[in-house]
Amino acid sequence: MSFGGQLFLALLEGTVTGFVLALTALGLSLVFGVMRIVNVAHGEFFMLGAVIAWYFSAMFGGYFVALLAAPLVVGGIAYLADRLVLRRINYSPESTIVATIGLLYIIQQLVLTVYGPYARSVTTPFYFRVDFPWFGYSGYKLVVAGISAMLLLATWLVVTKTTAGLYMRATQQNQEMAQAFGVPVHRVYPLVFALGAGLTALAGALVVPVQQAHYLMGLDALLMSFIVVVLGGLGSLKGTMVAAFLVGISDGVVSVFFSPTLAKIIATVLVALVLSFRTGGLFGVEET
Amino acid sequence: MRRDHRRSIVGVHLALILLLLGAQFVVPPFHRTMVTRIMILTTYAMGYNLLLGYTGLMSLGHAMFFASGMYTTGLTVFYLGFGAPAALVAGLLASVLMSTLTGLITLRTTGASFLVITMMFSQAFHLATLYFNKFTMGDQGFILSGRLRPLRLGTAELAFSDPVLKYNLALVLFAIFLMMSVWLIGSPIGRILVGVRENEERTRLLGYNTFNYKLLSLIISGSLSGVAGSVYALTFSYVGSSFASIIYSIYPLLWTLLGGAGTTIGPFVGTAVMAFVVDIASGLTSSYLFAVGAMLIILILWFPSGVIGGIRSRWVRWLP
Repeated sequence: MSFGGQLFLALLEGTVTGFVLALTALGLSLVFGVMRIVNVAHGEFFMLGAVIAWYFSAMFGGYFVALLAAPLVVGGIAYLADRLVLRRINYSPESTIVATIGLLYIIQQLVLTVYGPYARSVTTPFYFRVDFPWFGYSGYKLVVAGISAMLLLATWLVVTKTTAGLYMRATQQNQEMAQAFGVPVHRVYPLVFALGAGLTALAGALVVPVQQAHYLMGLDALLMSFIVVVLGGLGSLKGTMVAAFLVGISDGVVSVFFSPTLAKIIATVLVALVLSFRTGGLFGVEET
Repeated sequence: MRRDHRRSIVGVHLALILLLLGAQFVVPPFHRTMVTRIMILTTYAMGYNLLLGYTGLMSLGHAMFFASGMYTTGLTVFYLGFGAPAALVAGLLASVLMSTLTGLITLRTTGASFLVITMMFSQAFHLATLYFNKFTMGDQGFILSGRLRPLRLGTAELAFSDPVLKYNLALVLFAIFLMMSVWLIGSPIGRILVGVRENEERTRLLGYNTFNYKLLSLIISGSLSGVAGSVYALTFSYVGSSFASIIYSIYPLLWTLLGGAGTTIGPFVGTAVMAFVVDIASGLTSSYLFAVGAMLIILILWFPSGVIGGIRSRWVRWLP
């Protein structure tokens, strides 16, 4: 394949990765923005989404049912986790980190027990090729990117145009003031936590046909989401989206031309360096 | 008040060391290996505790320090034929270098960002151990037995395969660093670190350069972790990339919290309890890490100050 073809493939792969990454990281960004907590179990919600999607497709033969069920089930689990654990420690930042690390291992090991150590894929619900001058490309991947784009748009509309979104933004800006103005903050928290988990579970369910569902896949999702959210600026949805494409496309380009592991090492170190010198990320408010 | 209790404090810690010294004559071989491992990993946890418990900085990247000591010692023995003492010094130097460099960069941030960035650096290090698998053998790792020359003490030659040597090497390491941390925490430097933990702004206003003290704490913490990694490589004769993975950054956090962050004996108690819990759980199921997760949540919900922290606040107020 010519250089132009390779570059085009890299950019295309990168854009698709960018869309999925944006959807994966969006939940983490929302949760941090509104609740001011770091959810270390975020990657496990992604993994749960993928595993549940596999179960639904394998048992009921319906991948589209799976797409609906995965976010609902995972959202429910997150809602319970918030009610049973996070609320009781008062969302204190450091305790929450410890608690969500605990949640990470509980979910991961339960999946290992129930689902087993397999890497299993779902057959693509439909198959068509999109032919480019240099190569044919899986149409399903483009559909995934499209669905992700719609979900990103929908989330953005909910946050900016609805009352629920208004509550979220009010809580984000000033929790006490929001409460004084009658925003039910204690109801906003579990819902935002569930929404964040549901979105990332949906991302997990969407990628099962092209990746494989495995009980350890959450760690990579967590790490990439961390990179994206912190690079974009903690709590900034716009920053998260921009950073997702930045990371996705550069990851795609470097992975095609160099080793994927090397790409990840370089990306991780570079982002960490950027963050150390610009603590607010690209769009965040500088911390003092 | 502290001065009055100095003798009891030293007494308690010496008693623990003597207890471990005597234990090797009593416990069966399997448990002797287990206690050896506990003592080495406690040193790692003590390093972590200095940063979390006494300076108030929560890192999720200590596997990087543990593994840099371990790999430097392992690689110098394996490729350069270093003897144990030289390899140990090399491991120490590597972890000092590593913690100084990462400290200078990561300490520019605080709170959640510090946590995320230390985790990212550590993950990059883990990936690097996989990427350079020509030298490190990646996930598979490499073993040192056969390459490691016996330790010379005077005229005696001690082989590293000897469990008695392993146990006592671990004990010496543990004893040195336990007494050192008791001394450090009682010293003026230790008081300033606690000042940073309690109120960094106020400590700065009192005229202390808090950045330098945090850096110092991170370097000591990282070096202790690194030396623990070096000794682990020597005694268990194995080096592998799983020791650089994120679970090895989470373990010291768990051990410290379980025993009690900000207590000198806490890391030992936490490491020992967890070693037995994981030992029992892994006999029952392959998902033994479930115990790690459940323990973290139980601790944070009901016992946030840990075992020794609880004992201190209720009965023995003078414990450091």
